[in-house]
Amino acid sequence: MKLKLDKKDFENFLQSLMNEYDLYAPVQLAEGVSLFKKIDQPGEVNLTQLHTQKPAKDLFFPQSETMFRYEKVGNQNQMTSMEEVKRERILFGARPCDIEAISILEKVFVSEEYTDVYFLEKRKKTTIIGLGCNHPLSTCFCSSAGGDPFLRAGSDLFFIDLGEVYFVELLTEKGMVFHKNKFFKEADPKDLTLVKELEDKAFEKVGFSIPVDGIEKRLDLMGESSFWDRIHEKCIGCRICTYLCPTCHCFDIVDEGEHQRGQRVRNWDSCLSPLYSLETSGHNPRPTGRERTRQRLMHKFNYFPKKFNQVACVGCGRCILYCPVHFDIRQAIIWTSPKRPKRFGRGAI
Amino acid sequence: MKNPYLPIPMVVKKASIETTDRMLRTLELSFLNEEDAKAFRFIPGQFCELSILGKGEAPFGIASSPTENGSLKFTINKAGRVTTALHHLEEGAEIGIRGPLGNGYPIDLFKGKNILVIGGGFAFTTLRSLIVYLSHPENRSRVKDITVIYGARMPGLLLYKEELTQWEKRSDLKLVVTVDWGDKDWKGKVGLVPNVLEEVAPSSENTYAVICGPPIMIKFTFPKLMALRFPNERIYTSLEKRMKCGIGKCGRCNIGYLYVCKDGPVFSYAQLEKLPKDY
Repeated sequence: MKLKLDKKDFENFLQSLMNEYDLYAPVQLAEGVSLFKKIDQPGEVNLTQLHTQKPAKDLFFPQSETMFRYEKVGNQNQMTSMEEVKRERILFGARPCDIEAISILEKVFVSEEYTDVYFLEKRKKTTIIGLGCNHPLSTCFCSSAGGDPFLRAGSDLFFIDLGEVYFVELLTEKGMVFHKNKFFKEADPKDLTLVKELEDKAFEKVGFSIPVDGIEKRLDLMGESSFWDRIHEKCIGCRICTYLCPTCHCFDIVDEGEHQRGQRVRNWDSCLSPLYSLETSGHNPRPTGRERTRQRLMHKFNYFPKKFNQVACVGCGRCILYCPVHFDIRQAIIWTSPKRPKRFGRGAI
Repeated sequence: MKNPYLPIPMVVKKASIETTDRMLRTLELSFLNEEDAKAFRFIPGQFCELSILGKGEAPFGIASSPTENGSLKFTINKAGRVTTALHHLEEGAEIGIRGPLGNGYPIDLFKGKNILVIGGGFAFTTLRSLIVYLSHPENRSRVKDITVIYGARMPGLLLYKEELTQWEKRSDLKLVVTVDWGDKDWKGKVGLVPNVLEEVAPSSENTYAVICGPPIMIKFTFPKLMALRFPNERIYTSLEKRMKCGIGKCGRCNIGYLYVCKDGPVFSYAQLEKLPKDY
């Protein structure tokens, strides 16, 4: 169903969502610090930045999450699992790459054998409103990674900014619930033409220049390659690329508290940390940056596709934008390709 | 829906120190709730996450056999925070477990075959589970000859000494125990496991080899098995890696695209050959 929302009504529309749902949308906390946060006032919502610094994965797989609380009552331990989400949620203004990443996380967390109840509960109780990317950044490469700046998959409703109005598509059953929302009007044919124009322009800007296609097979032959000896050299192991990556899902489990009462918590972890694979004996199967950088890239482009038939990268470009030493994952991908330059040039990776 | 991260409550029924260096302690645990006991079905080679609230959890192979009803055994090497806490647990204390996790030994493939079990040091725990399981009257007829080669650095470091004495008396199980250095009371074999294997030279015909021990022992035992003409598909081993979730989500225990926790910990040598040597 194709509709539109006048921007004059935007804040009222958000308020109407907030009456029935917990609304999560991008906010700017400080200069350059943006994330998805629960909205208290519609005015907080800030859609000026293409994508938030912290990805929307935080809403489904939080940076730090209490799994259960425990308390010793008499002789017995009582445990209270904390997965319940009390109120239905709306994730508003997520970009197609972040939404695609949520479906990638779902493949990991929801499986036949073991289902991560914490992820599933949040996913089930969330309606996703996607927002198209009219002006992709120079670091965006979603089209090369199998997505696109206007990919609807995963969204229940999809918004496109047409200047004066938002073009709105209701895509799923969860989305159709909103077809009677009083702020929506029927879209005009000229809106559709405008949408098409914006899509074409964005596609052209993102392009297909990064050779992600076939990378799984190429990396099969590169496990012992000298490629890894060089590529990690400038990485300082700060791990920001993995924390801000919308598909990275490694976590650590720790107990906070003491014997009587406390909580078991999981926190984001990173394969680029030397402690990540360090064993109690002192042995570390990934002792240097070489093995750790290889693990990061191999997991995304070789191991993950083997399990799930899809690369674990959506081309959002956050790891490029926020890397303090300008490690560029696109260059790394290009280097695996047979068409790569003959030797490492200055600033190549 | 079952939450795979919530520990099942158990209680320490019995605890005993296994070795003279006092670093290995066996805990025998029983379920607090009847329904948990009924629902817990495992095969030798699987493991559990033992959990002490406030300290954390760590993975351990199940040392008891499914044929030993009602309780679970774990032998714990004192090495870090959680294992030290496990060493300090008193009988009667409550403890949590998550499991059974992992794939376990390929028991179905063993039907009608000879079984060669090779163990070294405290990695012998899940092998004990396998031996007790296979030599149980209910299962003994399912496999042919059982040969066990078990080595430790010193006699005092051998696990399950009473059982070793009992197994020695059995006619349907061939047991060879060896130590790297004997002491004045030691009357058994002295020698490293790979060399003893060469000496015992079990036939590879119709035989599965299951091997578990320190990496250095495994490294030198594989070539000896090759020399005895064991095909890669009939050599199985159990791997260890640092783990957290135990269910293939948290990411850290992978070798190539396989997770040791969920796709393993038991792998055939044929499978390992296909995985990256260095990961």
